[in-house]
Amino acid sequence: MNTKINFAGIEMKNPVTVASGTFGYGREYSEFFNLSLLGAVITKGTSLKPKSGNKPPRICETASGMLNSIGLQNPGVEYFANNDLPFLKKFDTKIIVNACGSSIDEYVDLCRILNTLDIDGVELNLSCPNVKEGCMAFGNTYEGVKKVTSAVRKVLDKPLIVKLTPNVTDIASIAKGVEDGGADAVSLINTLLGMKIDIYKRKPMLANNTGGLSGPAIKPVAVRMIYQVSKAVNIPILGMGGIISGEDAIEFMLAGASAISIGAGNFINPYTSIKTIEGIQEYMKKCGIENVSDIVGKVEMN
Amino acid sequence: MPKQVLCKLIKKEEIIKDIYKFSVEAEEIVKLSKPGNFIEIRVSNQTEPFLRRPISIYNLDRENGILEFIFQVKGNGTNILAEKEVGDKIDIIGPLGNGTFRIDKYNKIAIIGGGIGIFPLYELAKQAKEQGKEVYCYLGFRNKDFVMLEKEFEKVTDNLVITTDDGSYSKKGFAIDYLIEDMKKEEYECICACGPIPMLRAVKQYAKEDISAQISLEEKMGCGLGVCLGCAVKTAKSTKEAPEYFHVCKGGPVFNAKDVDF
Repeated sequence: MNTKINFAGIEMKNPVTVASGTFGYGREYSEFFNLSLLGAVITKGTSLKPKSGNKPPRICETASGMLNSIGLQNPGVEYFANNDLPFLKKFDTKIIVNACGSSIDEYVDLCRILNTLDIDGVELNLSCPNVKEGCMAFGNTYEGVKKVTSAVRKVLDKPLIVKLTPNVTDIASIAKGVEDGGADAVSLINTLLGMKIDIYKRKPMLANNTGGLSGPAIKPVAVRMIYQVSKAVNIPILGMGGIISGEDAIEFMLAGASAISIGAGNFINPYTSIKTIEGIQEYMKKCGIENVSDIVGKVEMN
Repeated sequence: MPKQVLCKLIKKEEIIKDIYKFSVEAEEIVKLSKPGNFIEIRVSNQTEPFLRRPISIYNLDRENGILEFIFQVKGNGTNILAEKEVGDKIDIIGPLGNGTFRIDKYNKIAIIGGGIGIFPLYELAKQAKEQGKEVYCYLGFRNKDFVMLEKEFEKVTDNLVITTDDGSYSKKGFAIDYLIEDMKKEEYECICACGPIPMLRAVKQYAKEDISAQISLEEKMGCGLGVCLGCAVKTAKSTKEAPEYFHVCKGGPVFNAKDVDF
């Protein structure tokens, strides 16, 4: 049984990664399990300069999920390079840095630095719904996505994955912008923009009013979008959105994802990613699948 | 280093209406816990409710590896938790929080709590007493129906002041007012507090420079581990132009009052 995959040029021991913003830089979860078990670690969204994030409350629970409006709080790329990267390098896993910025120049400057670091790839965040500038503002048109992707491509030799927002009308056309911009892969979905109201205070629960919805609640939306994107582009897909088990992961892969990420599922159980790897292996055994990559895109539509 | 453990519920008691005390077998967690630490409970293995519930530790029975926590039934999650039966296994992660009560250096300690904020103060008072410290305790409740754990706190304190807002039991008024009054004559070296925000603010305001004021804060949490960065609280240095945050789950839940703006 072979769970190895080559994802956009990144050799991973299995298709399971952890989604940006739900795993920090790995330290906290390394107290529960050996990070070397993961296919890759995708870091917290990291920017050129440190970001302090949004006002609290930043979190609220919803039906089978949660809303967050963290606002990309992170210590900046320099801190990452000096403190978190050496820690992550202790493990036998791939390191993908989620990169965010508020202008094309900032994305380019950041990726120029990332290109010099000992990392395995970059996930370009064009999809955070919780910051005023950048991110989703680029991610919601074909032109915007293509422009940032191609600008970054010029300075980045490492595998480039572009993470898309689901808060758009036609995800397939936007994914095309990723491919046309020269990226190696596309990842989706980031969180769905949502809102929850405290009915007694008559105010939104989050200080930022709106936030990104994640968790099993969004899984069917993610599966549908991955399927649509897989039909529109020829680059591999990193799928995410509410995965908490091996069965969920298989569903994403059948829809067209070559690799997957565990996001909010990490919060409810620190071992969700490990259990997902085990669940994939069980499915392969049960269904007599030799190579995990054999199931990618194998859904048969009605 | 926190552990995830399936803990057997061995005793369950409704101490006053809608407030439950659970005793669970949790030797691994008990060994590592300090006063002020909290645990996170997954009340259901389904996805509803989704997130774990952060709950403070009430008592650590180190000899028997028993952890006790007390919670109020407030919503969906705590409702499900309250329905657990003796013998059931509960999915607990703990101990959590790097900010715990630090009392080693002090000999005369004031402890103040309000309502359901009193729970994490019991283990603190107990350990302080075991270490031979002088422990003065002030506990405030809304009215006589909400007064709880008086006997328990009496055993682990040198002096216990119980107040009710309406005077229907013991002293009338807010616990903080009695503490402020006593601070004029008693030389407390350290004040440890957990309860409503106005109480915590008053502790910060009235604690003189040379008194260590330690407060336990609460905020909505995602992961409880310091990963999601959800439970942010402003640092004292934070400004509108340059906001700066700690996170209650990792930096706290106990902070030096002078370090945070809440």
